[in-house]
Amino acid sequence: MAPSCGTGNHPSSLIPRLFIRRLGSIKAGESLSQECDDSNFQVLDFPGGKVNFSSELRFLSESPLERISCYRVLDDYGQIISASNFQQVRKEIALKMYSDMVTLQTMDTIFYEAQRQGRISFYVTTIGEEAINIASAAALSIDDIVIPQYREPGVLLWRGFTLQEFANHNFGNKYDSGKGRQMPVHYGCNKLNYFTVSSTIATQIPHAVGVAFALKMDKKNACAITYFGDGGTSEGDFHAALNFAAVMEVPVIFFCRNNGWAISTPTTEQFRSDGAVIRGQAYGIRSIRVDGNDALAVYNAVHAAREMAISECRPILVEALTYRAGHHSTSDDSTKYRPLDEIEHWRTARDPVSRYRKWIEGNGWWNDEVELNLRSNVRKELLQAIQAAEKTEKPALAELFTDVYDQVPSNLREQEKLLRETIKEHPGDYPPDVPV
Amino acid sequence: MMALRRAGGRLLIPKRAFSTSLESVEKPQKDGKMLNLFSAINQALHIALETDPRAYVFGEDVGFGGVFRCTTGLADRFGRNRVFNTPLCEQGIAGFAIGLAAMGNRAIAEIQFADYIYPAFDQIVNEAAKFRYRSGGQFNCGGLTIRSPYGAVGHGGHYHSQSPEAFFCHVPGLKVVIPRSPRQAKGLLLACIRDPNPVVFFEPKWLYRLAVEEVPEEDYMLPLSQAEVIRQGNDITLVGWGAQLQVLEHACDAAAKDGISCELIDLRTLIPWDKETVEASVRKTGRLLVSHEAPVTGGFGAEISSSIIERCFLRLEAPVARVCGLDTPFPLVYEPFYMPTQNKVLDAIKATVNY
Repeated sequence: MAPSCGTGNHPSSLIPRLFIRRLGSIKAGESLSQECDDSNFQVLDFPGGKVNFSSELRFLSESPLERISCYRVLDDYGQIISASNFQQVRKEIALKMYSDMVTLQTMDTIFYEAQRQGRISFYVTTIGEEAINIASAAALSIDDIVIPQYREPGVLLWRGFTLQEFANHNFGNKYDSGKGRQMPVHYGCNKLNYFTVSSTIATQIPHAVGVAFALKMDKKNACAITYFGDGGTSEGDFHAALNFAAVMEVPVIFFCRNNGWAISTPTTEQFRSDGAVIRGQAYGIRSIRVDGNDALAVYNAVHAAREMAISECRPILVEALTYRAGHHSTSDDSTKYRPLDEIEHWRTARDPVSRYRKWIEGNGWWNDEVELNLRSNVRKELLQAIQAAEKTEKPALAELFTDVYDQVPSNLREQEKLLRETIKEHPGDYPPDVPV
Repeated sequence: MMALRRAGGRLLIPKRAFSTSLESVEKPQKDGKMLNLFSAINQALHIALETDPRAYVFGEDVGFGGVFRCTTGLADRFGRNRVFNTPLCEQGIAGFAIGLAAMGNRAIAEIQFADYIYPAFDQIVNEAAKFRYRSGGQFNCGGLTIRSPYGAVGHGGHYHSQSPEAFFCHVPGLKVVIPRSPRQAKGLLLACIRDPNPVVFFEPKWLYRLAVEEVPEEDYMLPLSQAEVIRQGNDITLVGWGAQLQVLEHACDAAAKDGISCELIDLRTLIPWDKETVEASVRKTGRLLVSHEAPVTGGFGAEISSSIIERCFLRLEAPVARVCGLDTPFPLVYEPFYMPTQNKVLDAIKATVNY
């Protein structure tokens, strides 16, 4: 059906006939002006506000005539688009943003290789989404609580998680704050207000609403932010969270990284809506679409979202359009389901890091020499971190049984005792790097 | 669905006598008022909100007092910021509650019927239960308590009668608690709310109005993971929880007339459960019967049976008996056939003793 009906030349017989019938009813005696005068007849007082009556049988269109536009600040060449309204980023912050994006790229390269060499079991890269990671983090305050999915380690990096801490986690050694219990890239850090990652999709989104409610009750000058992908918006938890947040009027930013792919499923097979951004309105949530490969645009959108979320106590939905330029994870080969030239295009022509670099270079804040130094230093530091992490022993066996509850219950004490006896009998069955 | 749920709360509950003879080991210090079970829950919630400014009560329809009246008066007393309705969405309630609890609050969430807890299953199993463990102890949602009415009610059919406790007993990180009476409900609920672990608290809805006993007015807690021997005996040990304790007690009385002395244990906390108390009892009696409303296959009775056989194999005089719900969906007109009734229990007691 056409988006707006009643044009009369629609091929379907339904619409013209209804159209005629409506005209006929006016001929039968009611004039339009009479209808307008009778306000009781025109308006329905209904919970949520007054609703106008209409005698036109018209369905809401399934989509707007035009797709929601995408906010950007930098053009493809790293130039600020004239007339773009944006918050100026201080030089110091701007350079930290770039340096962290480079660090994130380097982390991805080196950890990915480490996985390929069999030194760590699993890895997920953030390639293509560096601007989303770092610029959104830069626009937040450390008091804002991050409830992440698994492709936002850059937020943690921005907040001060060290390369050694990243490495310790990915190697699951005794210094891993997660005590080696989860797969790599499931980072979490209480002191940096970054909730621990779980592999489940979208389950973290309603948590952010509860967190935001707590911040509101405690009158904190802070918001919650949760990240998820395009695939995550198909889960019930996404719906639950947006609806709860709107009803409860809590300061939360829902950040959707629409990177086009949920493992091998393209967004065309994920939803029929205009991405995620359009859905905000249906829930009563203010929303914006932003170019996820434009660090300044992401920074500005999140900065403004944060201000509104906190000062007006309301949820905000941000949809960043981007591209997952890497595979879903080290267990995936994305060339099996998407064209190489598409990947290549996003990796080169649309790369968010080089676009942002052009901007800082244009400001005279950056040059090749600083770039080389940075990349070489990060690489060196990371390789050292990995070596140290690899040499460190695993968490002790006792930690297998702690933290299930606040105290170890009797069934677990009994199981630990049995297990220790078994280990004594068959020490060869167990990894030698876990202290018993 | 809402209409049905409301109807479930409003309809009359068939007569099911409550005996006040169940003697509590933890006798209250002061005499209290006679209260039914929903009022005892209500009193516990009042105390929880009164004693902790970081406690919140929420769920579908809790604002006006709840379909079973458990939250009556709370919103008026503590305000709509602390006692509030949520949208009709169980996964949302559980997810929201986890986030709230993770910020150091006591999140007391209501799932209107245990039959509707399944949309929240992922949040409870994958999120709440693993929250502390997966973070290496950095985060926890220990302030979370999920209350939900469970079990048969005489006319509830498939979707207002279920006993889903076994699903949650298979999840390390959760505690599952089910009270048998008003006094127990108040003390156990307060203990659950204040316990630093996520707890699923199932309330026997058949007893909301029917069970009446003296409940101390003060703030008190009953210990978790401690079963209670509520009747001493020598010939057989009966283990149950929640509403089933009444059936078991009547079966004990009937068995006594036949000269059989039953020891009756209320497990109270299903995980982590008090194996030692049950084991000590079975070592004395040499026989065990477990009874619950949930379907027998894969029910928590199977776990108890298996554990006790491991520990007491040579002491057992007869196979462990299980008197439970049938392996069918909970049926409406066939409810009297489905249920683990007094006479089914009595017959099993006799068969076990005479094995």
